[in-house]
Amino acid sequence: MSLPDDAAPTLDKEEEVRARRDRINRVAKWTLPSLVMALSLLAWHLYVTLNDVPHYVLPGPVPVGKSIIEDWALLWPAMLTTSRLTILALFLAVTGGVALAVAFTQSRWAEMSFFPYAVILQVTPVVAIAPLLQIYVDSAFVAALLCAWIVAFFPILSNTTTGLKSADHNLHDLFTIYGATRWQRLRYLAAPSALPYFLGGLRIAGGLALIGAVVAEFVIGRTGTGLGLASTLLEASYRFNFGRLYAALILISILGIGIFAITSLISHLMLRKWHESALNREV
Amino acid sequence: MTARHGRKPLLTMSRIEKTFRGETVALKDLNLTVNGGDFLSLLGPSGCGKSTALRLIAGLIHPTSGRLEWSGERGVGDLGIVFQEPTLMPWLTVAQNVWLPYRLRGKSFAEAQNDIKSALELVGLSEFSEAHPRELSGGMKMRVSIARAMVTRPRLILLDEPFAALDEITRFKLNNDLLEMKAALGCTVIFVTHSVFESVFLSDRVIVMAARPGRVISELGIDTPYPRHADFRTSNEYAAHTRDVSNALGEAMGAAA
Repeated sequence: MSLPDDAAPTLDKEEEVRARRDRINRVAKWTLPSLVMALSLLAWHLYVTLNDVPHYVLPGPVPVGKSIIEDWALLWPAMLTTSRLTILALFLAVTGGVALAVAFTQSRWAEMSFFPYAVILQVTPVVAIAPLLQIYVDSAFVAALLCAWIVAFFPILSNTTTGLKSADHNLHDLFTIYGATRWQRLRYLAAPSALPYFLGGLRIAGGLALIGAVVAEFVIGRTGTGLGLASTLLEASYRFNFGRLYAALILISILGIGIFAITSLISHLMLRKWHESALNREV
Repeated sequence: MTARHGRKPLLTMSRIEKTFRGETVALKDLNLTVNGGDFLSLLGPSGCGKSTALRLIAGLIHPTSGRLEWSGERGVGDLGIVFQEPTLMPWLTVAQNVWLPYRLRGKSFAEAQNDIKSALELVGLSEFSEAHPRELSGGMKMRVSIARAMVTRPRLILLDEPFAALDEITRFKLNNDLLEMKAALGCTVIFVTHSVFESVFLSDRVIVMAARPGRVISELGIDTPYPRHADFRTSNEYAAHTRDVSNALGEAMGAAA
């Protein structure tokens, strides 16, 4: 903050309570979810051991943890494979979605003509398209990528389109008065206005790209995607290796959390100086 | 009409009409000569077409009929505008916001730096050049907006009810400062307002407009010489002028009904 703060020299009772509550909240934010996690694991463990649940029905947390460690040589490359597919799909969704959004906002004709088809692409369940992609697209990898891309690109497209149109009308007038070119208007006005919307879309698309990648691994199979986490999970279920199945599932979750954390961090870093969503309100 | 001595016409509007969508007559038979150095207020109730007139002058819309002529070339930097809202870009710093008119002309920040600095000095915000708009109060944001309009040293500055949303203390202060800025810059100002007091304090010509259809009802000269200070607000002269302008506005309201 570059504005000088006239900090009050003393804390009154109300402020003390507020300060204490803030301190407690800061600690609880981390400890409470950790505690819930520990208790759930304990409950899971007790349930499995006390009832003698067979490992092919529900393995306990210990064998699952063991599997993560013992099968690491298998799981780690699988995680890389799934990450690669997800990130590639997300990258294509971002470039495709942004390019299309810019085209839509630059040409009303393009938007009128093509937007309905983007919606159709979005509302058709990707699982229903995947087998067709497999038939029509020669490369199974491309088919898998398309599959993940279709799921991920729509939130980018729709958010960015809204964002590009959301610039202040008076600023548009100002740009007209100063004789701005189309490019300047896009670069200096529409694009920065769209940034918060785009980043919101990116966070949704990150999760969806992972879902798309998992679906692609299930439907198109390891010939196309390579042996990713979802393929590993599927194979483990065929072999009744439920420890590995759960291990793969947990790693998929961790991957999802990682993607969410990274996109949130990007969003925070890009908006922290000016956008309401990234600001801490004082008081 | 009452051209001040020695002032040359800057902008002449003759028989301007503007009709929106073929049915709403926003302006009817507007004749107005703006002279270089004028501080001209457009005063009237809502719907009298004062903002439409401003947008016509800015070239944002074009008249349905009539002529609008500038004397001499109108360059890109000849016009500055301040809207009712500060209309700043929240992602840029104060200095970068003021840079905008130059930036759109392809002038780098370094090249424009001196002009930006002196514009911010003029509005009293030199210390805040690196702040983001959200860190500023409403009045300060408006000052940035004014600095942006002045940075190119335009011949004409348009202000569209810029202080309507501010509290009275801030508004008085900005009124005083605006007069100083105008004197320092030597530009022409067209000021849209619905406040009789503001128009009398600021301008040397008050154009009173009536609504439905938007048209000019009368023009009053405020001949009190500049510089005008806060004591002008409490003078008898000021009271007399506001009475005259209020009466004219009352007529305008009556004519509209």
